[in-house]
Amino acid sequence: MSNKLKLLSTKVNNGTMTRREFMGKAAALGVTAAVASTMLADAAYAAGAVKGGTFKLGVGGGESTNSQDPATWASDAPLAGGYIWGETLVYPTAAGLDAKVAESWEGSADAKTWRFKVRQGITFSNGAAVTADDVLATMKRHSNDDSKSGALGIMKSIESMRTDGDVFELTLAIGNADLPYLMADYHLIIQPNGGFDDPTAAIGTGLYTLETDEPGVRMTFKKNPNHWAADEMGHYDDVELIILNDATARTAALQSGQVDSINRVEPKIAKLLGRAPNIEVKTTSGRGHYVFIAHVDTAPFDNNELRLALKHAMNRQEMVDKILQGFGSVGNDMPINESYPLFDKAIPQRTFDLEKAAMHYKASGHDGSPIILRTADGAFPGAVDAAALFQQSCQAAGIPLEIKREPNDGYWSEVWNVQPYCASYWGGRPVQDQMYSTAYLSTADWNDTRWKRPEFDAMLLEARAELDEGKRKEIYSKMGRMLNEEGGVMVPMFNDFVDGVSSEIQGWETNPSGPQMYWHSFAKTWKA
Amino acid sequence: MHPILKLVAQRLALGILLLFAASALIFGLTEILPGDAAQAQLGQTATPENLANLREEMGLNRPALTRYTEWVGGMMTGDMGNALSNKLPIGEQIGKRMSATLFLAFWAALISVPFAILLGLLAVRYLNRWPDKLISGVTLASISLPEFMLAYILIFIFSVTLGWAPSFANIPPGMPLLEKLHSISLPIAVLTMVVLAHMMRMTRAAILNVMQSAYIETAELKGLSTFEVIRKHAFPNAIAPIVNVVMINLAYLVVGVVVVEAVFAYPGMGQYLVDAVVKRDVPVVLTSGVIFSAIYIILNMVADIVSILSNPRLRHPK
Repeated sequence: MSNKLKLLSTKVNNGTMTRREFMGKAAALGVTAAVASTMLADAAYAAGAVKGGTFKLGVGGGESTNSQDPATWASDAPLAGGYIWGETLVYPTAAGLDAKVAESWEGSADAKTWRFKVRQGITFSNGAAVTADDVLATMKRHSNDDSKSGALGIMKSIESMRTDGDVFELTLAIGNADLPYLMADYHLIIQPNGGFDDPTAAIGTGLYTLETDEPGVRMTFKKNPNHWAADEMGHYDDVELIILNDATARTAALQSGQVDSINRVEPKIAKLLGRAPNIEVKTTSGRGHYVFIAHVDTAPFDNNELRLALKHAMNRQEMVDKILQGFGSVGNDMPINESYPLFDKAIPQRTFDLEKAAMHYKASGHDGSPIILRTADGAFPGAVDAAALFQQSCQAAGIPLEIKREPNDGYWSEVWNVQPYCASYWGGRPVQDQMYSTAYLSTADWNDTRWKRPEFDAMLLEARAELDEGKRKEIYSKMGRMLNEEGGVMVPMFNDFVDGVSSEIQGWETNPSGPQMYWHSFAKTWKA
Repeated sequence: MHPILKLVAQRLALGILLLFAASALIFGLTEILPGDAAQAQLGQTATPENLANLREEMGLNRPALTRYTEWVGGMMTGDMGNALSNKLPIGEQIGKRMSATLFLAFWAALISVPFAILLGLLAVRYLNRWPDKLISGVTLASISLPEFMLAYILIFIFSVTLGWAPSFANIPPGMPLLEKLHSISLPIAVLTMVVLAHMMRMTRAAILNVMQSAYIETAELKGLSTFEVIRKHAFPNAIAPIVNVVMINLAYLVVGVVVVEAVFAYPGMGQYLVDAVVKRDVPVVLTSGVIFSAIYIILNMVADIVSILSNPRLRHPK
């Protein structure tokens, strides 16, 4: 029977049978629609990508204040558009790093000096050749003294930079085996002369070139025929990015066929949407997580017994089921999960245990005054409901948790990283070192739990320069356990990225770094 | 000087004063809001260094009064300046956004105003009979539903199920007029449903009020048909209150459509203003706010002038 089906599916591909006929015949052979659809997709994949057409992407997360200057990017739409017209040196994938503007790279034995060889013969969309000087200028614009870039924080570890022929070389104060991952940050799109002349010109080395840009409304792109990989990627002739911030508008646009794919499908409707004809829901387990963060240097959260009581009183599975509708996984009070390289699966999972919670609460000697948790709808999707669930389970353990709801507006400047206990989220980073350096190093700007432990910092720096993966894994495991036991970060869940995709779209892959194949759906998919 | 010209001049002068007051109020309120444009832009990627650099570049370190007077000075010379966030010229952006908003408002008004008045007249003609009850029932039901709900229902029926109209209103430059109208058909429908009831009920009430007068009785006794009586004698005398309500609704169509714009991802002024407030882009907020205020003031002025013109006693004061 399966041979017969395969024969039929190849007929669809070479155009002698319509998709509808195929589905009908497959049903006659007793195959469910889902299986038949997958077979068709496999057959299409085997047949190779189809060129042409327009890819319309509906994106939630764009504002009319957006700019094409990579240094300013902080929301989904501008960075999604940026990846269409530009490229970074390297790009993170599920397997590791893909070479983009850098053709190859190597580090010195102490991981202090890194050399990136610029791909030869490639040009910017204005026709100019890409040189190592452009790369150097780009990195300077994001790291010099008057930089306004969102990437400034990750560029601090660089001591010096220079060019050497077609090589861009940088030197670090302290060795970092993961440095190439830092160069994959989406702000670091390579621009002619680093964008010093016109940062918003949207001139890059991407698969497409920007045609029109209406901030907060739409961007349109045309294929760049001169791209170095134009044969293997960028199958569409045109790409259109449409900003659809309203969740219902986004879903309706996908259902009515006005767009081919959308990001941020709300968990509560994802299952229903998956049942709609001609739509598939794609989930990606990522590194993004929702957190309740306590400042470990502020009373009453400076008492680890109290932190342990709160951690034990959190019903993680219930939150995954009710807040994420199952589109995610439970967290373990550290910012790392198995989507990260070198993750130690042996670290025990903290479970919901009211008795232990009550015991730790008693041991903390807390005076019974209300423990205030600040939350807002904007802290993460469902943050107010998650806080309510947390409050209920705390109550059962006798912990007087009180919720204070804050306005969304100004939450990130007035509450997060200011108030001692609040809800927040992290988008995750490609490697453990970067996640820990961003928020758990004593000197980190975003140390939102005020976690300042010299021994933790020492381990982080040791792991950073360690090139033996076995040893690094061991150190990371220790650091994870330490945060799990004593940290101020409480991680109820890791959220999946949920995308809605038309069944016409073929070649879908997942990339744990972000939604929409980490914004490369435009590059690697095609319409069957 | 003709008394009406004098009135217009007075109202214009007052309007300009009001605009100044409005801009000062808006500026004061944006100053009270927590955070600033630099912080809003960098969000979770803010470090003390890039925050300071960005503030310096945006000129946020200067005193509030300096920033305000600079903006006022720019407006006086017709230069709206650039947005803090993406440095695009505000005038050009507002031009595009405003024309989109006015385009939608124009077509919604063109359909809803005559339709509402006609329905009001019909309701009076068939007072307390089934057409009156049907008209009132349906329009009141549609005004009672929140507009986003109406929008979702229409999207579900007409774009997702039937596939007749697009679910989001996309009007890129260069699109032919008919396609544009097709694109905004659902937002027009929602806006019409929202403003219909108010204008219809006011028309009905105003005419009914006039219908109690003695001269209407005379007209009826003369043997004119009910509709003729309404058209020739009642309606001209009911214009003043109707125009007032129509103007309020027109103002709503221009400045109050934020929710409808959001649901249909329509690139109008509403979304622009909301984004600017969230990102603390004060010059954009100020400029948009003042334009919205100006529209309100002008429409109200028009309503007053029309009321005067429609009333012979006010038109020819002793």
